[in-house]
This record gives sequence, C-alpha cells and structure tokens, in this order.
Amino acid sequence: MQQFTVHTGRAAPLRRSNVDTDQIIPAVYLKRVTRSGFADGLFAAWRRDPDFILNDPRYDGASVLVAGPDFGIGSSREHAVWALHDYGFRVVLSARFADIFRGNALKGGLLAAVVTQSAVEQLWDLVEADQSTPVTVDLTDREVRCGALSVPFEVDDYARWRLLEGLDDIGLTLRHEADIAAYESRRSSLFPAVPV
Amino acid sequence: MSEDSQAAVRNPARTLAQKVWESHLVRRAAGEPDLLYIDLHLLHEVTSPQAFDGLRQASRGVRRPDLTVATEDHNVPTDSLSGPIVDAVSRLQVETLRRNCADFGVRLFPMGDQDQGIVHVIGPQLGLTQPGMTIVCGDSHTSTHGALGALAFGIGTSEVEQVLATQTLALMPFKTMAVTVNGTLAPGVTAKDLILAVIARIGTSGGQGHVIEYRGEAIRALSMEARMTVCNMSIEAGARAGMIAPDDTTIDYLHGRPYSPSGPRWDEAVARWRMQVTDEGAVFGKEVVLDAAEITPFVTWGTNPGQGAPLSANVPDPAEIADPVERAAAENALKYMDLVPGMPLREVVVDTVFVGSCTNGRIEDRRAAASVLRGRRVAEGVRMLVVPGSAKVRREAEAEGLDRVFTGAGADWRFAGCSMCLGMNPDQLAPGERSASTSNRNFEGRQGPGGRTHLVSPYVAAATAVAGRLASPAELAPVAG
Repeated sequence: MQQFTVHTGRAAPLRRSNVDTDQIIPAVYLKRVTRSGFADGLFAAWRRDPDFILNDPRYDGASVLVAGPDFGIGSSREHAVWALHDYGFRVVLSARFADIFRGNALKGGLLAAVVTQSAVEQLWDLVEADQSTPVTVDLTDREVRCGALSVPFEVDDYARWRLLEGLDDIGLTLRHEADIAAYESRRSSLFPAVPV
Repeated sequence: MSEDSQAAVRNPARTLAQKVWESHLVRRAAGEPDLLYIDLHLLHEVTSPQAFDGLRQASRGVRRPDLTVATEDHNVPTDSLSGPIVDAVSRLQVETLRRNCADFGVRLFPMGDQDQGIVHVIGPQLGLTQPGMTIVCGDSHTSTHGALGALAFGIGTSEVEQVLATQTLALMPFKTMAVTVNGTLAPGVTAKDLILAVIARIGTSGGQGHVIEYRGEAIRALSMEARMTVCNMSIEAGARAGMIAPDDTTIDYLHGRPYSPSGPRWDEAVARWRMQVTDEGAVFGKEVVLDAAEITPFVTWGTNPGQGAPLSANVPDPAEIADPVERAAAENALKYMDLVPGMPLREVVVDTVFVGSCTNGRIEDRRAAASVLRGRRVAEGVRMLVVPGSAKVRREAEAEGLDRVFTGAGADWRFAGCSMCLGMNPDQLAPGERSASTSNRNFEGRQGPGGRTHLVSPYVAAATAVAGRLASPAELAPVAG
C-alpha cells in the first residue's frame, strides 16, 4: 500500500451531501475486472453537466476533494476509491463518511479525513475565492491547513499508523497465522461447510 | 464499542452482536483492530475479480474454499437463460468469476444452475446462513443475512482478498444500536414500509458505525423473509449490519434446508442458536423506539433512501426544512426527480414497476404482488417486471401459478438476477423514466442513467402498476366477481 504522510494540493469544493458511491462511479463502470483505469467513470453522470465542479478548468489538477456530510454512502464498491485515486485525488475531507467507504479508502491509500462541517464550509469559501490556494493535509499532525485556516481532522490511530507506514492488512494478518490455525482447531464443527 | 466495552466492565450482560463478535475473536491486542474469523464468505462477479488477481500476484491461495460460495447475479440478463451474455464486458466479468472459482476450488452457482440467484437470497435459502455466524460479501446488502441472527456485513474488494487469503478481517469493534418496534403493523403494511420509516426517522447516517438489532413485538411477528427485508436495508441507514435474534420463526425456517444441520447435529445446533440472543440488561450504545401502529405504506420522494414519506403525504417543501444541508439536498432531489413541493405523492405517475432484488425478491413478495394483480391489469403504458431473486423462487412461484397471474395481468415474468435494482444488466430505466421499485436504492441513475426511482413495498408496487400512479391496494376498485 502507498504511504501517506503530508499532501499539499489544490482543492475542489463539492457542495453536496449524501454523495453515494453510485454517483462517484456508476454501476456500468463496475463491469471491468481490473483495479485501475476508472478515472473516466468518476462522477460520470454529474460530469455531463457543464456546470459540475470538475468541469471547471480552474479546478483542473485538484487533489483534495472537500465534500458535504455522508460522503460515500450506499454500495460497498471499492471502485469508488479507485476512481477518485485514478483521477488524482489523494484526500477527501467531509464531516461524515460512510463506514465501508472509509475502510476502502484506507486500503487504497486515499485519506478520508473527518473535519467539522464548519471547517468544510470555510474551506469551500476559501478555495472558491481563490482556486489556486493550496491545501495541506498533514497526517503526522492530523491537521488541515489552508491560508490562515488551520483545523484538526479525525482519523483513528491504527489507520493513521498504517497509512504512515504504507502497510497492508494481509501482510500484517499473516504474521498471526498461528492464531488463525489455533482458532480453526477449536471452531465448532456445527457451522456449515461446502464440500468442493 | 469503546463505550460499550467500558459498560461491559460494569455489566456482564451482552448484546447479540457482542456475543457473535467475541466468539469469533482470533486475536485481540491493545491499540489494534480485532482479528475476526469469518464463517462464510459469499462472492459474486462484480467485486471479486481484482481480489483473485491480488492472490495470484502474491502467490496466495484461498485458505478455506469450503467456507466460500459464489454466484452470478449482478450482470445476469433476466429475459433468457439461453446463450452467452450479449454485453461483452459483462460476459468477461462472469467468465472471469467462473475461471477464478475453477482455479481456486470455489463452489459456484452459475446462470442456469438450480441454486443460482441473488447472493443474499440464496444464502438463507440454502441454509448456509445460520444464527451466530460471521458472514461477509463484497456487497453492502450482506446485512440481509442478519435476519437469522448472523453478524453479516458488506466489505470492499481489498477485504474480499484478505478473507480469501486468511479467512479473517482486521476490524475495530462495531458499536451497538437497538431499534425497537412495538405494537402491531396494520394489514397491508409490510416490513418494507417499516424499514423505510426507520430510515426516514434516523437518516442515512443514523446507524453509522453501529450494528442495529431490531427488536420488539412487531419484529417478532415478522416472517423470516420479511425480517430479511428489514435487515437488508440496514446499510441504507448507514449501519454496518442489522440483526434479529433467532427464535422459533428462525429455527422453523432453517429446518430441512440443504446446508442446515440434520440428525443429532440439528438438536445440538438449535441449542446453540437459542443462546444467540441479547442478555437481559445488556446496554446498547444507541436506542430508537417506534410504534408499528403509526406506520403506513411508505414511499421515497427523493434521491436517497432517507428521503421518504407516507404514501398519503405530499412532496415536502424544502423551504420548510430548517437544516441548510438537508434543505439543499431536498432541493437537488426534487429537481432530479422532477417533483413539485406540495404535490400529493399519490399523483406521481410512473411508467415502470419493478418487483424484485435482494430486498423484495423472495416468494412471499411474489405472493404479495400477485394478490393485488389477480383479476386486474397493469395500466396502459406501464411496464412491470417481476424478477425472482433465485431460480428456486422462480420454480416455487410457477408451482403456485403466480407466473400466470403476472403474465395474465400484463407483467413480464423473468429469470433470477439483480435485474433493475442497478444499471449493470439490460434491465434499466431510460433517461427520464420513473419507476416504483421494490429495490433498496433511489440514488440518481441507480436504475439507469437519468432514471427516477421511488422505493416501495411489493403491495404498493403492484397497486401502482394497476393505477399507473403511486397507489396502495386499498385505493384500487374491487375485483369484479
């Protein structure tokens, strides 16, 4: 997994709440069997609207998405994280994330950082006033900085450690293979199994 | 569960979710997520290919193919079982699943198999879903299986790969929440109306971080299939999972199913299942109480499942919503849905009706829709798709003659699959089309780009098909004779 420590980039303000994963990447793009190449599907329906934020050339190259609350609700599709990442986003800031999306983001090296809605609104105003304003997201200090604004963000300790170290779960889990085998040896034989 | 575990120090009584969690602990260490053993891993074609690729790249195998089951559902065309899938990209995804299952020794129920169907319909139907289990799938509606007292939740593709490789997941404990529904549902009011009312009450993030346990008289009175409808939509309230403690309804349902225990093992299993209940005095992190008698047929008007109202209500006026974020969301939703504030929901005209999905794709849902359509006709200009959730549901419905009720009324009777729940297969809404749908999500474009979705119960779906506008069966003219 990719390491994440500090990221500085320009931000795109997405003034919507309840951005569901069907909007982030519509189902038709889920037919692919690869893990990359999903940038074209990102917000595919909304991008047909010329007024959509990502069609505004002033936000070209933005790598921090600042969104309304309840970002990533709905389907568990990890393709939503892959699409955001492939498009160039490294951070999403929101007051609330859906649980599965936040878990998926962590696996994909995309930082889903929780800030207050008031911080989101201040960031929206700042980047709309000057699209070139850089936003710095510092995982070491758990802080978002933009101009004179400096706000803390929430991320759990373990997720932060994994992102800072760039560690992946399977590698970490396999260190405990003996524990898994021990559990299996005491597990009830009453649970169903499917002979193959 | 940090506040929950602090409570546990003072109070040894545990919730059902806590019991299942703790009995599956492989490893617990301070400051780290718990390592949780997974009893059943369900796969489908959409969220698994990249996980199998990851295994190949790392030269890893599937640790427990005997605890892993796959089916084909999302891409499946429902109009015919003959011939390969026409859409080349869909076909490749299904063929990839077949190759992966063959290469890694995983049991697959492919199109045409007698046990094929939507992953969350076939698990319980085969008896693979049992109380006290941990069940995962790369699909958010895995919460369905909680209806039988399992801890079941959706995961992403990276986690699918982790479960394939290790049969475990590293997770911070979930918090617990009780949704208690007292009293009795009125006739014609279903589990779907109940869960839509719950989501409208607590919102799309009301259950975030929590496992919801549904309790109370109205929940106890639900059939096993109705309980699946309730737990299925837990994710639409933001919850990690939904659960209902096993009781006689659960045990009767499981008896005699292909993967249910039998002989002396049955009695042993039942004794264990009976212990999978929340202890008296256990404390939930959050509690919500509803009165079943106040719930009426419920429909959504907006573009997330929390934007719902009783069918008898009017389209809400965003100007009356105090919270600015909610107000903006309602404004966006009404614009997308092309609805005007104050308009009675009963006047919303639809062109498509869909009865199916992992939410309402079971035999009882078919019976409910057929009971309304018997002796009636689908309105002129309305297309109605009735799509069974599994090949077995299709056979059962045909044995009861329900297929003839549907086709006689002018509806389409299809083969099993996810169908119009999501735009991954040929069953889709065209831009601007409007549906009454028994599925679970009314997100923009969910049923096809530009399509508009109203979530409803099977009764309301069937009555809407007859009336051509959102309607409940009570509003229809009586059947002659």
